[in-house]
Amino acid sequence: MIIVPRPVAQLPWRVIFLIIAIGTMGLMTLYSTAGGSLQPWALRQGSIFIALLGVAIAIRYMPVSFIKSMTPLAYLAVLGLLVAVELVGFVGKGAQRWIDLGFMKLQPSEFMKPVLVLMLARFYELLPTGDIRKWRAIWPAAALIGIPAGLTMIQPDLGTSLVLMLGGIAVMFLAGLPAWLFITGGLATAAAIPLAFSFLHEYQQRRILIFLDPESDPLGAGYNLSQSKIAIGSGGVWGKGYLNGSQSHLQYLPEGHTDFIFSAMVEEWGLVGGVLMILGFAGILGWGLRVARRANDRFSQLAAAGLTTNLFFYVTINLMMVMGLAPVVGIPLPLVSFGGSAVMTVLLSIGVLMAIDRKSQTDTRRPGWG
Amino acid sequence: MKRVTEQNREQLFSRRMMLVGGLQATFGAALIARLGYLSISQNKYYQTLAEDNRVQMIIVPPRRGWIVDRHGAPIAINQSAFRVDAIPDQMDKENIDRELDLLTQLLDIDPEERQRIRDEIMSKSGYRPVQVADNIPYDQYAAVTVRLPELPGIEPMRGFRRFYPAGPAVGHLVGYVGAASREEYEAEDNNPLLVTPGFKIGKEGLEETLEKRLRGQPGGQRVELTARGRLVRELEPKPDRSGGTVQLALDAGLHEFAARRMGLESGACIVLDCLTGEILAMASMPAYDPNSFSDGIGRTEWRLLSENERRPLVNKTLNALYPPGSTLKPMASLALQGQGIDPEERVFCPGGYQLGNRFFRCLGKHGSVDMNRAIAKSCNTYFYAMGHRVGYDVIADMARKLTLGATYDLPVVSQSYGTIPDSEWKMRKYDRPWTSADTLNAIIGQGYVILNPLQLAVMSGRIASGRAIDPKLVGVHPKPAPLLDIPTQHLDVARRGMWQVVNGDGTAGASRLPLDGIEMGGKTGTAQVRRLSSGDGRNVPWKYRDHGLFIGFAPVDKPRFAVSVVIEHGMGGSRAAAPVARDVLTYLYDREKAMASLEQMEEQWGGSLKQRTAAFHQHVLDVANANAAPSPTPSEGDGA
Repeated sequence: MIIVPRPVAQLPWRVIFLIIAIGTMGLMTLYSTAGGSLQPWALRQGSIFIALLGVAIAIRYMPVSFIKSMTPLAYLAVLGLLVAVELVGFVGKGAQRWIDLGFMKLQPSEFMKPVLVLMLARFYELLPTGDIRKWRAIWPAAALIGIPAGLTMIQPDLGTSLVLMLGGIAVMFLAGLPAWLFITGGLATAAAIPLAFSFLHEYQQRRILIFLDPESDPLGAGYNLSQSKIAIGSGGVWGKGYLNGSQSHLQYLPEGHTDFIFSAMVEEWGLVGGVLMILGFAGILGWGLRVARRANDRFSQLAAAGLTTNLFFYVTINLMMVMGLAPVVGIPLPLVSFGGSAVMTVLLSIGVLMAIDRKSQTDTRRPGWG
Repeated sequence: MKRVTEQNREQLFSRRMMLVGGLQATFGAALIARLGYLSISQNKYYQTLAEDNRVQMIIVPPRRGWIVDRHGAPIAINQSAFRVDAIPDQMDKENIDRELDLLTQLLDIDPEERQRIRDEIMSKSGYRPVQVADNIPYDQYAAVTVRLPELPGIEPMRGFRRFYPAGPAVGHLVGYVGAASREEYEAEDNNPLLVTPGFKIGKEGLEETLEKRLRGQPGGQRVELTARGRLVRELEPKPDRSGGTVQLALDAGLHEFAARRMGLESGACIVLDCLTGEILAMASMPAYDPNSFSDGIGRTEWRLLSENERRPLVNKTLNALYPPGSTLKPMASLALQGQGIDPEERVFCPGGYQLGNRFFRCLGKHGSVDMNRAIAKSCNTYFYAMGHRVGYDVIADMARKLTLGATYDLPVVSQSYGTIPDSEWKMRKYDRPWTSADTLNAIIGQGYVILNPLQLAVMSGRIASGRAIDPKLVGVHPKPAPLLDIPTQHLDVARRGMWQVVNGDGTAGASRLPLDGIEMGGKTGTAQVRRLSSGDGRNVPWKYRDHGLFIGFAPVDKPRFAVSVVIEHGMGGSRAAAPVARDVLTYLYDREKAMASLEQMEEQWGGSLKQRTAAFHQHVLDVANANAAPSPTPSEGDGA
């Protein structure tokens, strides 16, 4: 038996292994879509990934109380950045999303995803338990969600805005707000969809219409989705083999290194690769939910569950999108797609989850689950 | 109180966590199910689509089959030519105008054409090329090749153009080729071959009717392309198969001679093998030049041709009908004998025939004539009298037996079959009974009778050989046709009469063959275009003059070749048509002698057919330039 130092042995190795496995798969796919080259994506993504994994492990050692106290500050700071994007935003892909810091492009709406969840968890922790069915349990939370979601919507970034709202609502649901609120809210949303549709940008409207009938325009705007389905479907059970994906290598699959990286991966690794990756994500999510259940204070419970749910929305919306189950909304696949912001959000969230896990383990003095 | 609420809250959180976890698991399962559906049950479908994406076929048009004559001499062949295509996907569409400017300058592209090229490049996607220029001279091809680095997506290529060595002489017979029209493209279910630049299909004549045999199988260069059309690598090519060579029964030398021999006249000349029915020559003149039609005919050339009163766009061997005049008399003599009339029986010709109160004129006062003499001197009176005796219906039967009024099983685009009238026909058409006057008109090949020159040739051949020949254009058919059920003695009377026409003191005495031991039999005909009161028509406008016709065969003692000649407005068969037949048959036996006399004649006509064709093209160019001078846009170059 190999003797490992206690702090190292205490790390949640199973989840770290899953993260590294998924990240490695992503790097390999980036290498492949670049035509078998580390440039321009795999190398950069790899270094960002390793650095941020280090940051996540570092966060693990932060006391939850410190994270808790930093939360309102972080919320205000990111909100400020969202406003700044509007002012000095970088125009790219028809949407104003980034602040160019020189060494990297910062996408504040990405940060808002975990920070919003933490902020809501903090809010419900402070709210007296008896007030949970009162009006004052709703409107501050609605404001906390609505302001960043609104700012993201006008960027316009419908996908991120929706994930922000869904994540926030999930926390509200778990906090124990009355169920009728969510049921009537859901019905009202369904009723309002046609109205909301008319407020969307034309390209967003088109994406939704094309999602409903992708074959209507296979060479035009439905091209992305058609090619993505071709890539996935043509892979079969075992895939075309690594570096042999014709759809991605011949550039028929658009955005094969970002939003549609799952399609590029499945084309080469087949159903087997796709299922393994989904199971990998399921493992991380299951761990996150267990962390939430094990947590012994309200902030930790809500934060862990909210962060996990965020990650779930991230993965699920992307996968539904590339497989033709949801409109193309432009959400990357976390840990896999090229791009720093998404990796940062996800690994920071996982860092916080690990910190919460560590706290609950220390508090109950239970042996580490790992 | 608070403790209970705290407790409730914990329970609620657990319940809701279960719900959230369950929902997430459900979504996960749905995603895996969807993935399985796409990659297992839809796998074949998407594999096909991925393969369609990856691999594209660049069509390699097949080389068109040759058309050769009975001896293998070329009638329609392919010549190496240079062309320039554009591959839209490989062009930088933002710089397209710079590229087109350069091409316009290098290839002399006119503004209209430039616009067409630009529109096609901008609207097309994929690897399908757009034609920039076709059949360009080597200099221009080389100029484009040299500047290729500045012209991304432009491909100078070596292709083929159709070439007809005999030019206009074979125009009506073989037709021409051209780029497929929208209708032709749609008729073949949008066959992509038809819109491949440089590919041409048959547009007229044999090129059109033999399209299937001549086309061949297109090949394909299978290539792997990126979504942007960049070529990754070439996969295994599928070779093209050239179209088949089609051999005609035609004798190309004889055919060209016949066409040239007609000189400046307008008309048709057909030579058949009267044992087998093979068409050895089938010339219609004047004619368009299929070479210039195949390159895409200009508007000016089209206008000049269609305005010409000698109708160079009409195939006069099949699509023009003429009153056959006296050329039907040998046929009528067979019908009369079939009715038991003794060829020795004499009729007195006082210069015409009195029918009731009408006097039907003869061309002369022939005195007492028998059947033989009536044919030789073309005595109308004899045939008036005899025709009146037997009635026209039996003569019409004989006419039909000799294929007059019939269509033939020939690979031609269209044939006009004309009319052999009879009493039933007249009743059907005009609702009036047949009259004796109708008989008199019809028996001398006037009135309702109109026929095409090929029918006259077949009639002549059937009389000459006594065999049921049908004209054959494609392939060599050495087997003689079966005999007709016409008694040989009857045929001999007709043939003897025809011998006398040429070799006795008949109407075509000036057209004896200038050969030892080979004699021609024949019959002249003159068809009135307009009833002229008197005179020989020399001083009337060309288009009102009589048509000259002649049918004949040779050698008389052992018939082998049958001939028919129609010279439009040639003012009589003996003057205009018989000499052509004489020279054409002479060519069959003594090529040098025939060519020598032809060359002499051509000098008086302003040069050989080739020289006159070249002069016509120059004239077209001059007219086009003169028209184009006031406006800066020349109107040449649109297809016809």
